[in-house]
Amino acid sequence: MANADATLARKPVRNSSDQARERRKKTKSREQRRGRVGWAFIAPFAIVFLIFLIAPLAYAFYLSLFTKGLATGSVFSGLENYVTAFTDPVFLGGVWFVIHFALVLIPVQMIISLAVALVLDAVVTQFTRFARLMIFLPYAVPAVIGALMWGFLYSPTFGPLQQIFGAGAPFPLSPDNVFYGLLNVVTWQWAGYYMIIIYAALRGIDPTLYEAAKLDGANSWQVAFRIKVPLVASALVLILVFALIGTLQFFTEPQILTLVSNGSITPGFTPNIYAFNQAFQYSNFNYASALSFSLGIVVFIAVYIFLFLTRKRGSFLS
Amino acid sequence: MKGNTVKKKALVAAISAIALAGLLAACSSNGGGGSASGGTSPKLTGCSNKYVYPNAPQVSVWGWYPNMKLVVDNFNKLHKDVQICWNNVGQGAAEYTKVQTGISAKKGLPDVVMLEADHLATYEIQGALVDLSKYGADKVKSNFSAGAWNDVSGANGTVYGAPIDGGPIALIYRTDVFKKYGITTPPTTWAEYAADAAKVKAAGGPLFGDFGGNVPALTMALQIQKGAVPFTYSSAKPTNIKIDLDDQNSVDVLNYWADLVKNKEVGTADQFTTDYISGVVGGKYATYVSAAWAPGYLTGAGVGKGASSGVWAVAPIPQWNSSDPVQTNWGGSAFSVTSQATDKKLAAEVALGIYADPASLKDGWTKQIIFPLNQSILKSAAFANNKSTFFSGQTANKDVYIPAENAYKGINYSPLTVYYYAQLQAESTKINQGKETGTQAAANLQANLTKYAKSQGFTVTQ
Repeated sequence: MANADATLARKPVRNSSDQARERRKKTKSREQRRGRVGWAFIAPFAIVFLIFLIAPLAYAFYLSLFTKGLATGSVFSGLENYVTAFTDPVFLGGVWFVIHFALVLIPVQMIISLAVALVLDAVVTQFTRFARLMIFLPYAVPAVIGALMWGFLYSPTFGPLQQIFGAGAPFPLSPDNVFYGLLNVVTWQWAGYYMIIIYAALRGIDPTLYEAAKLDGANSWQVAFRIKVPLVASALVLILVFALIGTLQFFTEPQILTLVSNGSITPGFTPNIYAFNQAFQYSNFNYASALSFSLGIVVFIAVYIFLFLTRKRGSFLS
Repeated sequence: MKGNTVKKKALVAAISAIALAGLLAACSSNGGGGSASGGTSPKLTGCSNKYVYPNAPQVSVWGWYPNMKLVVDNFNKLHKDVQICWNNVGQGAAEYTKVQTGISAKKGLPDVVMLEADHLATYEIQGALVDLSKYGADKVKSNFSAGAWNDVSGANGTVYGAPIDGGPIALIYRTDVFKKYGITTPPTTWAEYAADAAKVKAAGGPLFGDFGGNVPALTMALQIQKGAVPFTYSSAKPTNIKIDLDDQNSVDVLNYWADLVKNKEVGTADQFTTDYISGVVGGKYATYVSAAWAPGYLTGAGVGKGASSGVWAVAPIPQWNSSDPVQTNWGGSAFSVTSQATDKKLAAEVALGIYADPASLKDGWTKQIIFPLNQSILKSAAFANNKSTFFSGQTANKDVYIPAENAYKGINYSPLTVYYYAQLQAESTKINQGKETGTQAAANLQANLTKYAKSQGFTVTQ
């Protein structure tokens, strides 16, 4: 950023005096100038990165160190908000929910997307392309629109369940069912996207390997599980990390469905919803910042554990 | 030659970087239709209305009345010296989220904002509202009843909003359902209400009413009717608060509804949702305990047309003790001037003048969008004798709403409203799910609110 400014600041000097340019040419080596050009190229990214990621992060961390009450002014409280967060039953309940959700959701998503990708890779008919597009389509629907749609599909008055089961129809967002109701929405939304990633990895495998396997007497199942799956393992790990981070930060779908959930989705349903409500409903921006950072810590630990485990066990896949 | 190209590219890159940074700065400095700062005659743009006198100074307003556009046009036509720039940023909670954000960010609030009386203390304690008594509020005071004025006043004669409408609560019911199940007169006590509910249920009829989790303000109003005093707070001593959420009256009301829910005599649906409204239209609920503004909003949602037209009537709210009737209130709004207003005097002129002209008021009350608090309307024969369209020609104002409003004494609201409503909603939901009794819910509320108030720096007495 500073370099970008410097480049521009030099402009009038350069235009006004040829002598000055000559002098600078001598004093500054070509390497330095090249470095500066490089900085200029990344400046657009760097500025956006600093303004929209680093600066808000720093500001949120700064906020999280203070406590402000309605009846009192802002007081520096150090890490007190973090102590409160990790002993807050609502926050911990939300964290437990998203971890639980991730443990169920990720395997389900993985199995569905892997199975579909393997089938689409193995079967080549005119129908394949169409199927691939249709399975991918939910991902192209914005999450908010998708959630609203499901809200209507789940509706006890207008939904198809009502028409199938009549008055005793189950309500997918009732307190007992909301876990599965949301599981269905998220799987519907993301399985197609993960399928495309796995499918792309599958297309990248050298077909001669299949031929070699067949010559060695492997059947289709063996080709799938002994060759294809191990070779797309890195794509699977990537998906897992995406899914893990996304699930721990679960927000959009439950937030949208809150209005039609008849109270099943509480203000502390997931950590992100809780932080949102603390900030924008109760004006506890300080505590909300602390909650966001605490969630960041949880996500970091979870992803670290996961990457550590998969790195150690990576060998068995190949 | 090559060096030149690189240099040129670097220059282009640098310039675009600067331009981008400038663009970002431009974005952040313009808070999107909020109050403009500086300049003698701020030009507000992005309004939902057109100016009548474009050269007059302008005041930004947020409000959600369904007939707000007409109200704003009427104001602008009548005022050559000031013009309103109006936007609807959401109804109730949706607007409050934006207001709170504006307060916390110290910018982005409009000059004048529509608020319900129960939210005034919450924003007043944060220094976000202007005391209108310094800007001529006394001149309009005589237009309102003592109870109505009390709801918008703080300690020591301060006034934080110009009242527009109130929400006296009454029992809205379906004449077709009552007739079918042999209920000749609407229940006058809560005991009768429960007995009628049981009767309809036994006969295989529809639900008698609804205990919605998402209308905590209504639940609180019903508790207050029985004699509960949830909060005692005065802006004279803003760090002191008395919280009493688990007294016998509060517990009784929660248990009363919990029993009806348990017996499946009333529904548990959140109100104002599509599902709920379709239930109301379809005859799923025999009664609706609600405020005077409800018919207008129900009409807007499509109730009272087609199959559900000509079936509605209204009766006074049931009582706990018929020899000592008590009236209560849900909602009703005021216009407040925010401390972020550029010209507070001008903003106060708008707050005190908007929705106060006869044409706007008449449009509001004939459509039953507002129950006006202005005495000139309340005492007029036209208002009293009006035959309500929604209630099939019933003189609802004279029979039900005017007496209810006249007997209403005002409610002491606290600055904890937003948090309290969220907690009450959560506990009502647990009651509806059968996870908790009213007694447990009240005890939880008392514990949660006490803890929260202390964390916010209040000295709490119980």
